[in-house]
Amino acid sequence: MADLKLDQIHKSYGAVDVLHGIDLDVKDGEFVVFVGPSGCGKSTLLRIIAGLEDITSGDLMIDGDLVNTKSPRDRGIAMVFQSYALYPHMTVYKNMAFGLKLDKQDKAAIDARVREAARILQLDQLLDRRPSELSGGQRQRVAIGRAIVRQPKVFLFDEPLSNLDAALRVQTRLEIAKLHQELKSTIVYVTHDQVEAMTLADKIVVMNGGNVEQVGSPMQLYHHPQTRFVAGFIGSPAMNFTNVRIDKVEPGKVTVSIPGGTPSVLPFDVDQNELGKQVELGIRPEHLSLGDGGELTVHGEVDVVEKLGDSTYLYLKLANGDHVTVRAPGHSRVKIGETVTASASAGAAHLFNGNGKAFAKVDCPAEYSADE
Amino acid sequence: MSFKNIRREDASRAVIVHGILLTYTLVALYPIFLVVINAFKTRKAIFRDPMGFPNAETFSLEGFTKVLAKSNFEVFFYNSFTVTVITIAIVLLLAAMAAWALSEYKFPGNTVLALYLAIGIMVPIRLGSVSILNLIVDLGLINTLTALVLVYVAQGLPLAIFILTEFMHQIPKDLKEAARCDGVGEFKIFFAVILPLIRPAVATVAVFTMIPIWNDLWFPLILAPGDGKQTITLGVQQFIGQYVTDWNAVLASLSLAIIPILILYLIFSRQLIRGLTSGAVK
Repeated sequence: MADLKLDQIHKSYGAVDVLHGIDLDVKDGEFVVFVGPSGCGKSTLLRIIAGLEDITSGDLMIDGDLVNTKSPRDRGIAMVFQSYALYPHMTVYKNMAFGLKLDKQDKAAIDARVREAARILQLDQLLDRRPSELSGGQRQRVAIGRAIVRQPKVFLFDEPLSNLDAALRVQTRLEIAKLHQELKSTIVYVTHDQVEAMTLADKIVVMNGGNVEQVGSPMQLYHHPQTRFVAGFIGSPAMNFTNVRIDKVEPGKVTVSIPGGTPSVLPFDVDQNELGKQVELGIRPEHLSLGDGGELTVHGEVDVVEKLGDSTYLYLKLANGDHVTVRAPGHSRVKIGETVTASASAGAAHLFNGNGKAFAKVDCPAEYSADE
Repeated sequence: MSFKNIRREDASRAVIVHGILLTYTLVALYPIFLVVINAFKTRKAIFRDPMGFPNAETFSLEGFTKVLAKSNFEVFFYNSFTVTVITIAIVLLLAAMAAWALSEYKFPGNTVLALYLAIGIMVPIRLGSVSILNLIVDLGLINTLTALVLVYVAQGLPLAIFILTEFMHQIPKDLKEAARCDGVGEFKIFFAVILPLIRPAVATVAVFTMIPIWNDLWFPLILAPGDGKQTITLGVQQFIGQYVTDWNAVLASLSLAIIPILILYLIFSRQLIRGLTSGAVK
């Protein structure tokens, strides 16, 4: 078990920079999830931590040791791959024991560790099988077992659930969460699925284009996204965005006009020189409700209705052509083609400037805050 | 309706393909079959009825007794076997290691080196016979099995490297990286993870390498024609004269020569059937 420290990690392939100076602190026992769209550099960063890719510049410390030039075997890490990467010619037992055997460890100790890992992962009955005789979920458990027996300082997971079907994914996700509680180990986990990130992480690192957009707890990212990118990436369905104009700026208050809506006063600290500029307003679908009960209202024609049973998603088309998703109750009877009004409390709004940076919200109501 | 048509088309295509393959198999196997049945016949019967099976009247083992009693057959046999087995072992080891280096490690000149090695496939080694002979004489290796092994290793390596490199490219990258994270050293990765996975390819290469060596007459003739160093193909030549050929002995020794290579082939071909990386990655 150990902490992990990344200091100005740069990575480039020839002239192409893929990581632009990543700083990150991972505390001992923390479950950190790197999340971001394809090609954002999250897997590259994980592979750099593993020692499978060289660092172009910057420092990487595991447990206080500078490991920049150390090989993977000397870093005290264990990695679980998306494709499982089990040795196909070895049984489950041998797959898990292989690395230890080469370390010339005591046979009885190896056996004890493998059996303990098998117990934790419920692989006891499968130890004599080969990977080809296992299902996808079982293979992934073996891959995790192979990591556990090494008793690494840091566990690295590279999209471990992507090859599993939906039901198994949820189940394995729970198992990984339980495993973390049981082992209390430091885990770095890469995924493109924000649901996995939200459910598993102590700390989420949202990456975009080789930069860290924001680091924080799942609830911090959900309620206080610092950039438009994070706001759009975290949460499902995604946050609604529409362009608004700043009409009036007062201390701790800003008045914006929404296309097809009424001017609204929102609790943001905005600089005077933003007056008259176009900014982006963001509201989550689940914070909107039908009717005009909130301070922030939109009107639009219903384009699509998606019924999920517990809730119904309405896709509205606003006067300016933007689309807004509203989460309505499951019993909603709204039909396609109807014009409806939806509203949200002013505290639920997010406001982003032209560069995608969030304006600071003042007096955030408890239901829209990550503070406990 | 359309399904039926497709199935009928498939069936007729299968018949045609199998017909062609069967014909080819017959053409290839019939001479061997003739060699074997005639080895068990008297000299007269061979000429009178070359296509006929040996019967009570024509059955004779005189060829075998002559080969086994009157010539150094066991020596020829031993020479051929030694040369073939040692060559296979060296070719497989060197080629697999070279292929691993070429496919796994990026270094300057990687592609050029791979091309250079592949060119060996296109240039027949017999073109260099004269210089090879000179070299072997200078090295003092004339009339030794070592000379044959060296030449055959050179002859077998290019194709072996080419085939094995292609196979190694197919091994998922994750598997090697998983092994590296698992604390496995590079040599151990090669011997304990990679080699077992490319066993089918290794077997293929072994078969490709061994058959031309076993059958070769040219290099034994120019490099090791001396007494006690002859291989089977060369040894058999003593029964073929300018005026008289002892067909019983020739056919008997050829029949015997088939056995070891058949055994080696059976050993390797069992490996060919096994799957490559089933279960490694999804």
